[in-house]
Amino acid sequence: MEVLRPLFHVLVFPGFLFLVAFGLLASWVDRKLIAKFQNRVGPPITQPLADLIKLLAKEDIIPQHANRAMFAWAPLVGFAGVIASAVYIPMWSPTAVNFFNGDLIVVIYLLTLPAFALFLGGWYSSNPFATIGATRVLSQLFGYEVPFFLACLGPAVAAGSWSITEITRMQADGLWLIGAAPLSFVVAMIALIGKLERVPFDIPQAKTEIVTGPEVEYTGRRLALWKLTFLTETIVGSALIAALFLGGPHFWGIPFDQMGPWLGGLVGMVVLAVKILLIVFFLSLVQAAMARIRIEQMVEWSLLWLGIPALANIGVIVFITRQMGA
Amino acid sequence: MPKLSFPIGPQHPALKEPENLRFTVDGELVVDADIRIGYVHRSIERSCSERNYVQDLYLCERVCGICSNAHTLAYSMAIEKLADVEVPERAQYIRMMMHEFERIHSHMLWLGVAAHEIGFETLFMYAWRDREIIQDILEMVSGNRGHYAMTTLGGVRYDITDEMAGKIREGLATLRQRAEHYADIATTEATFLKRTVGVGVVSGDRCQQLGACGPVVRASGKDYDVRAYFPYLKYDNVEWEVRTSELCDVLGRTIVRVQEVIDACDISIQCLDLMPEGGEIQAKFPRKVPEGEVTSRVEAQRGELIYYVRSDGSDVPERVKIRTPTLANLPASIEMVIGGQIADIPIAFASIDPCFSCTDRMVVLDDISTGDRRTMSWAELVKLGKRK
Repeated sequence: MEVLRPLFHVLVFPGFLFLVAFGLLASWVDRKLIAKFQNRVGPPITQPLADLIKLLAKEDIIPQHANRAMFAWAPLVGFAGVIASAVYIPMWSPTAVNFFNGDLIVVIYLLTLPAFALFLGGWYSSNPFATIGATRVLSQLFGYEVPFFLACLGPAVAAGSWSITEITRMQADGLWLIGAAPLSFVVAMIALIGKLERVPFDIPQAKTEIVTGPEVEYTGRRLALWKLTFLTETIVGSALIAALFLGGPHFWGIPFDQMGPWLGGLVGMVVLAVKILLIVFFLSLVQAAMARIRIEQMVEWSLLWLGIPALANIGVIVFITRQMGA
Repeated sequence: MPKLSFPIGPQHPALKEPENLRFTVDGELVVDADIRIGYVHRSIERSCSERNYVQDLYLCERVCGICSNAHTLAYSMAIEKLADVEVPERAQYIRMMMHEFERIHSHMLWLGVAAHEIGFETLFMYAWRDREIIQDILEMVSGNRGHYAMTTLGGVRYDITDEMAGKIREGLATLRQRAEHYADIATTEATFLKRTVGVGVVSGDRCQQLGACGPVVRASGKDYDVRAYFPYLKYDNVEWEVRTSELCDVLGRTIVRVQEVIDACDISIQCLDLMPEGGEIQAKFPRKVPEGEVTSRVEAQRGELIYYVRSDGSDVPERVKIRTPTLANLPASIEMVIGGQIADIPIAFASIDPCFSCTDRMVVLDDISTGDRRTMSWAELVKLGKRK
């Protein structure tokens, strides 16, 4: 049985099956919310699943001039990166399935994989729209990745650990690190929009400009994989921010110690799910309120207005921890 | 990165009509652009010379789905001038109202499309929701939401009752408020401004050199408006002013259009007030039109629309020539995208409110170098139509 345990974690919980199911639910919440903001009715709850099944049933075409291996494997690599990162993020208790000192770096690295995979998949599609989209993916990566990393550094410095589990455990006594790193939190949320390629940073996809960019040649189940990659990345990214800044599964007044592992785990999961959905709510709100900006505006703006606040916050945290230590 | 040439169209999500734009880009910068139209040539002008004057009215209405009323208006004005028929005053006011209603619905439609081009889906949804108000009014008055078939030779086909007038006032009051709200959004929303300020710039003088018209030229500081320069219908009797903007960019065009929606509401209300009570709405019209030629022009929502009609004294026009505003604006639109970013192509093009299907005409040129006159046979035309 012990052999099957990691497999269960990767394939069922908190890996593939759970992420996809929760991702579909979050995607419905997201679409319904945006519809409400835009004065529309919005889709029924089964719509994301129906879309997924439809895509899986469609013909899978690889363009004649595309690099077959790159084109075919890119979506799998991106998706695998997201699924793998889930085992290092606390999902039901402050302790993740797997942890070591430094897993924060691994998760940030794994969450960058979809962007690189998207770049490679688009670049080797042999389509001008995909090529332009692919270069935009990379340009945008430079815009949000540095601030996102700096923002995640804030809680790590405050907790004095590179492990997400350690950082979440530290918050279990009720002191959420959003208090110590408020600016980092805001920066992380905005950088997450860039990571997920949502309005106003949906520049690489830009439907009306470059026809969904790198994804333009993808059809059928490979397109479904890209959709799943971003659905699950929404969940993992939100869970990461919840773990670093919002105490993970912790909420004041819930006695996790007295509830035992099963009930406590269930309640913790529900608390985390609510936090994730709140982050999704924020993403929907931004999507409804804004237009898409241009790539050079995005890079310039985010390095200035995301990078500097994140650095400043780290500076403050370092100063305070030194004072306390001394 | 090497220079890359890529097409937009004939099928592309940014443009709803088939036309082909070819861009050469250096990174994200557009260094050259070229346009090819002619994908939806429908032979309307030729068909006009095969049908009688009343049938042509319905044919001209179908030149464009958005400015259908402007087409029938320009056409009727031309034929009425030829036949020397005086349109009853009440009918003129009703025509004017329809003209302005159409401007409102078209500009609201444009606002939605423009928002969609820059990924501002919420503004798109809201603009089109509020456009329903004017669509309902149009349906109430004419029975149709698209091709209203309101204008007829010598007048209009339906009268506006008192009950309708009340509903129109009510609807326009709401719409006016909404338009003011959009004018506010367009000038304050940060991401909207980021995508429209300094985008698609063409100076006023350059606009006039290139023969641009309508909101494009008015947004570049020139006050050219057919309604003011060559007043038709009853534009002399109502109070209104030509809206211009000095910005020369997409934001300027947005401001001008939204402002024109507000003005159109005011003009329509004034029409309701000034309209004589009762009386004829349609003059008797002869079947045959005297020999002669005439041009008429109206300020359609996209710009100046020109009709030229030549009659040989029968009940069928000898020649009908239509110059749609999009054709006049296309040269300026090419200048708008060159030197800009790829991301700005859709919004810059959309800012002239292009309607390519209305624009397609076919011209066969004589060869200047050899002096050969060319004509095309039917077989050649069929072959040309099938060419990829």
